[in-house]
Amino acid sequence: MSLLEAVQVTKRFGGLSAVRALDFSIDEGSIVSVIGPNGAGKTTFFNCIAGFYHPEEGKILFGGKPIHGLRRDQIAHLGIARTYQNIRLFAKMTALENILVGQHHQLHASWIGAIANNASVRTEEAAAVDEARRLLRFVGLAGKGDAMADKLPYGDQRRLEIARALATKPKLLLLDEPTAGMNPAETARMTDFIRSLRDGLGITILLIEHQMRVVMGISERIAVLDYGEKIAEGTAREIQTNPKVIEAYLGSGGAADVPQHVQDDVDAAPATGG
Amino acid sequence: MMNQTAVPEVAVDWRRALRIGLLGGAVALYVCLVGMVEVFDARALVAGVITLGQTSMVLAGVGAAYMAIRGQSLDRNRAALAGVLAGAVTGAFPAVLVVVSEVVNLRAMFLRASPGTTDVLTLGLGVGGAWVPILVLAVVGGATGLLLTARSDIRQPTSAALLALLLVGLFAGLLRPPLLASTVTAALGRFLLSDNGLTLPGAVFMVIAAVVGRLVRRRISLRSRLAALPPARKRALTPAALVALLLLVLWLPHGIGPFFAQVVAVVVLYVLMGLGLNITLGLAGLLDLGFVAFFAVGAYTVGLLTSTAEYGIALWPFWAAVPFAVLLAMAFGAFFGLPILGIRGDYLAIATLGFGEIIRILAGSDLLKGLLGGPRGIINIPKPVEVPPDHLLAGPIQIYYIGLVAALVVAFVAIRLRASRLGRAWIAIREDEDVAEALGINLVQTKLLAYMLGAAFAGLGGAIFAGLLGSIFASSVTLFVSINVAALIIVGGMGSIPGVVVGAIFLIGVPELFREFSDYRFLFYGAALIAMMLFRPEGLLPSRIVQRELHVPKSDENGDAPAEGDGPATELSPGTAG
Repeated sequence: MSLLEAVQVTKRFGGLSAVRALDFSIDEGSIVSVIGPNGAGKTTFFNCIAGFYHPEEGKILFGGKPIHGLRRDQIAHLGIARTYQNIRLFAKMTALENILVGQHHQLHASWIGAIANNASVRTEEAAAVDEARRLLRFVGLAGKGDAMADKLPYGDQRRLEIARALATKPKLLLLDEPTAGMNPAETARMTDFIRSLRDGLGITILLIEHQMRVVMGISERIAVLDYGEKIAEGTAREIQTNPKVIEAYLGSGGAADVPQHVQDDVDAAPATGG
Repeated sequence: MMNQTAVPEVAVDWRRALRIGLLGGAVALYVCLVGMVEVFDARALVAGVITLGQTSMVLAGVGAAYMAIRGQSLDRNRAALAGVLAGAVTGAFPAVLVVVSEVVNLRAMFLRASPGTTDVLTLGLGVGGAWVPILVLAVVGGATGLLLTARSDIRQPTSAALLALLLVGLFAGLLRPPLLASTVTAALGRFLLSDNGLTLPGAVFMVIAAVVGRLVRRRISLRSRLAALPPARKRALTPAALVALLLLVLWLPHGIGPFFAQVVAVVVLYVLMGLGLNITLGLAGLLDLGFVAFFAVGAYTVGLLTSTAEYGIALWPFWAAVPFAVLLAMAFGAFFGLPILGIRGDYLAIATLGFGEIIRILAGSDLLKGLLGGPRGIINIPKPVEVPPDHLLAGPIQIYYIGLVAALVVAFVAIRLRASRLGRAWIAIREDEDVAEALGINLVQTKLLAYMLGAAFAGLGGAIFAGLLGSIFASSVTLFVSINVAALIIVGGMGSIPGVVVGAIFLIGVPELFREFSDYRFLFYGAALIAMMLFRPEGLLPSRIVQRELHVPKSDENGDAPAEGDGPATELSPGTAG
């Protein structure tokens, strides 16, 4: 059964359709990748799912319920969490506090309760800290909870961002280039880690990724975007042999066939998929 | 700052000394032209020896020399030379002023540039003494250079003595009443302090005391003694210090006379409001410049409910009116906050600024004159506790205690909230509200709570203020209340509770001690804020996190990368298709 379904989703910026009539679905418990050249609309599509953008046309259903038009926090409550292409941690908070912010919605202390700090609030807070430490251990950051987020090494920041997303207890995790800037060994570890999120926690994963080794290694299905449109979808093997995909990536003179105005629009697009 | 040339490091950087001297001179000239020197001349640092006006000129020379020498490893003679140059250049500006003001009528343009300034600058010699400021400041600059390069066992006691002279002289008016109040200390008080600055014997005594104190401290080194104490004794010391501090705080309004009791009461109320705005601004990052709106709601509510005069409507006791005022201020916070909290950053500041002005204008308007009394305001607001005039809680003293308790409550609330899920949510919103929302934080609800709590505490401050003044006018709810509160947080250190106390003392308390210079109050304000932003942007007593943030070189791993960049550059750059 599909956990997330996008039907004819279109997102325009001015005259440009960054995502155009996109049909897309993810089965529960699967790992799906979205790939495509720079400016293909991958991150725009992510932003539509997570409520950062609201699509002009089409529907996005999560567990059968429409989520397009909802606020980001409402979408988060339904069980969608994300990471960012450029890591966006709360720099002036510790690693532990970053994760605790992710738990915000599961905690219930009111402001009066927080001032009174009664037994139930203290219990809840202690449990939240335990859970945050567990998440830190889970992503391999045990003992680094008190470090300021922006003082962590780059790879740790990526992992902390995932831990923060996991703290919201998501059903669907959107990972925007989780291995960007990593060396092959780190990339291999991250790939295994992503797989363990699905296998161990049962979280459905949607991935934007540039490194083909990662994409081909862990995705059950791959969707290829180009100029805002889905040009192919299938298993890794199908995608590797698809002539349209090869053309999109390698050109083979194909770029000349793209109408000039579309190219201009894509170049001017704010925050389209990278 | 300066171009680091390849010359040996002991050489004097003449251009720097000259440049700093020009800057110092410009400051000195400005201070003279706005009439500050003359006004300050009425107040003595040491009675009959040196006035504040002269002191301000001397300080300009010291400051210029210090800046010219600072950070360079000059030997003694070269430091003295650099100081002389910087001081002389600084002094040249007032000297030129003396000559020019003799020839040209400067008062056509600078209303305060009076002949009295010439007298101060030339020590009464008139235009023939135009050389005096140059010579004096050159000597002062040279002395500064010598002092800065002196051995530490000379430099430290001398600096301590000068600092003691300056501080005690400046605050003589504050120190004298408590000393004279008791028969035990009255003789000491009369020996040290005249009714205008230190006495000459008092000044000599202060210098000796400071030097001896400094030398003794070097000898016994209090800190290492403290460290050598057995842990049990050390543990006992902290509560002892706290009790001493508490006693001092409780004694304060009684010891310093009725005028200063009023001042400290106002300071305490600003601490209270600063702590409230610290939740809105320091934690949630909402720049609220309409703080005065809620202050006005609190003050007018108490006025209306308790006044025994024309506009009073209920004749409630003060204590019943305060909670009502706080709730009403909170409700106004919700009412104002809901439509505008979607606005971000600077725009929010402008919107809230508008609200503050709306309230001020409404309060003074003819429209609401029948209700709020217009410019004439509401009078005869009873004191919280009615006592005879010589009672222990008379006048501002009771307000001081009420404000103290209220400030402690606000501090407690702020500390508890900071440590809760709400405090974390506020900081997260301040850091990156898009990400915070995507993690499930409801922005409107969470921001509104911070805004309403700030409003509630502003209302509390206003309510107690009404009790302090016994009246509330449209003219007392100006923009300056908002600016004062925001400025004291910034000067004290954003998000830091001791910082708010220090900021309130500096920006609210200290100016009250120099009432006769109140014309220059906002000049000092502006200068202080600029100096803070340049030299100590984290505030005087910052919270540790902010300090770390501003003074550790920031690793630029996240943040400024362009929205579609490939993340941080590494050797393995993720290309189009790996």
